[in-house]
Amino acid sequence: MPANPFNGFTDYGIGIGLRVPHYEHILSQKPAVDWFEIISENFMVDGGRPLKVLDQILEQYRVVQHGVSMYFGSSEKLNREHLKKIKRLVKRTKTPWLSDHLCWGSVDGRYTHDLLPMPYTFAAAKVTAQRIREARDFLEVPICVENVSSYAEFHVSEMTEWEFLNEVVERADCGILLDVNNIYVSSRNHNFNPLDYVNGVPADRVAQIHIAGHSKFQKYILDTHDHPVIDPVWKLYERAIQRTGRTATLLEWDDRIPSFDEVHDEALKANQFLQRVEKAAART
Amino acid sequence: MARAVMRPLSRGDGMQKRWVDGRPTRAVAESFIKPNDRLTSFERLEIYNRQYWFRIRDCFYEDYRGLRAILGDKKFERLADEYLARYPSQSYTLRNLGSRLVKFLQAEPQWTRPRTKLALDLARLEWAHIEAFDNEARPALKLEDLANVDAARIRLQLQPHLTLLKLENVVDDFLINLKKNSGLRSEASNAMEQTRHRKKTKLAHGLKRQTNFLAVHRYQDGIYYKPLESGQFLLLSALQNGATLEKAVVKLATLKISGNPGETVGKWFANWAALGWFCGLEK
Repeated sequence: MPANPFNGFTDYGIGIGLRVPHYEHILSQKPAVDWFEIISENFMVDGGRPLKVLDQILEQYRVVQHGVSMYFGSSEKLNREHLKKIKRLVKRTKTPWLSDHLCWGSVDGRYTHDLLPMPYTFAAAKVTAQRIREARDFLEVPICVENVSSYAEFHVSEMTEWEFLNEVVERADCGILLDVNNIYVSSRNHNFNPLDYVNGVPADRVAQIHIAGHSKFQKYILDTHDHPVIDPVWKLYERAIQRTGRTATLLEWDDRIPSFDEVHDEALKANQFLQRVEKAAART
Repeated sequence: MARAVMRPLSRGDGMQKRWVDGRPTRAVAESFIKPNDRLTSFERLEIYNRQYWFRIRDCFYEDYRGLRAILGDKKFERLADEYLARYPSQSYTLRNLGSRLVKFLQAEPQWTRPRTKLALDLARLEWAHIEAFDNEARPALKLEDLANVDAARIRLQLQPHLTLLKLENVVDDFLINLKKNSGLRSEASNAMEQTRHRKKTKLAHGLKRQTNFLAVHRYQDGIYYKPLESGQFLLLSALQNGATLEKAVVKLATLKISGNPGETVGKWFANWAALGWFCGLEK
């Protein structure tokens, strides 16, 4: 869906994550980029260079906020002070939508700084959806939840991950940030067909797609965001856009970050798939 | 699960084989995590346990490169694990990981002996650096704003990014050199990290022992360590602690100030105002 209520009826193209090693290049060369995704937490500060750089970026580019600490799946009450900080940043960036993960990560005020997998139960879906609604009402911006990569599954789960995602987003009436790399990583770690996942999510709720690279180990795959996107992940991307249409797409590259051009070129490979899918759609 | 994830690793950086109550951790993991055809429940849980520690250690190591250099790798790593286990993150951002380190080092000198004072100096300076990097900068007062104020009633507020330090060792140049060729600080992301092979840190020797005073602050987005005279430190500390302008200046009476004291103090204020250190007047 090029534009839908979950991405603020925008039609963004292909973006990349805004990362420190690229600041100088972006600010001095001003390369043409459709949009940048920022990690909200890196800019939820009171001053200094991060905000100055952000303001300079905002003068030239469209920016979308992506968070790693809202922990919609935690059972505690949402932290109002934390939400206020996010809201201050939302006002600054004018992000048309805001995403965070379908996970948990803090207990009793202690933070793991990780995106921990949830038990896929109806009770958890209900609590999570409620927290997403509360956050959206407070922040006054559409919220999308992202599926995470995971390395463990729980005995108590009552459904598949994509059924759980559907349950949450329907209850919360929110959007999806579909990470096709995460789907691939989890499918290999948990032995399911990743196409079942891509085919199983409600296409009309997908507001954004993430692509990324990962690292393969002997017994599992780790979501490291430090490699180019592999072909099977591009295939999942192609299938996703067959279902959703042209959708805001973002390449994540967070470690061993190569030059700006290399990262951007990798992201722009998505165009090949978009064109192929659109041509095929035009023929039918 | 959180308890297992945040529990300290065993010596070989694996998950501890025994749970807190003496049961095999394997049995605890099996009680809530499914195995698959390649990994046991224990191994799956261990991935998260290891990633948690790799992530927070990496961040802590980056933030305290100076402390690591004066303690040496092994000692620093033991200290880091103990501190991080005792004081897990209570903030959404890893930036605040070291917020309780100075307190910890003061309470438990055994982790830094025999270089405890030096370690404390480095920990204070490195935390001040973090604070200077992204704390708030409020609109600064100009020197003219300070003219004709009632010194007996006025309290001057200092910028939140400014930290005043009294140190027992000269550590500022050492830390500047150490940071010169360092990489950029990692950002938060949702990616897992692979174990990094860090370069061995060379032990720092020959740091000069001498009481000195520093103002760690931000100016035009750069972070600076500005040496202070003892009188300047006394005066600024008094202001930072809420003394009126008059009471803060009176503290200088016990010190010898070269030249014309009134003129000298006036120059100090002009310099500090030019650096934007004053950000509010309170009556």
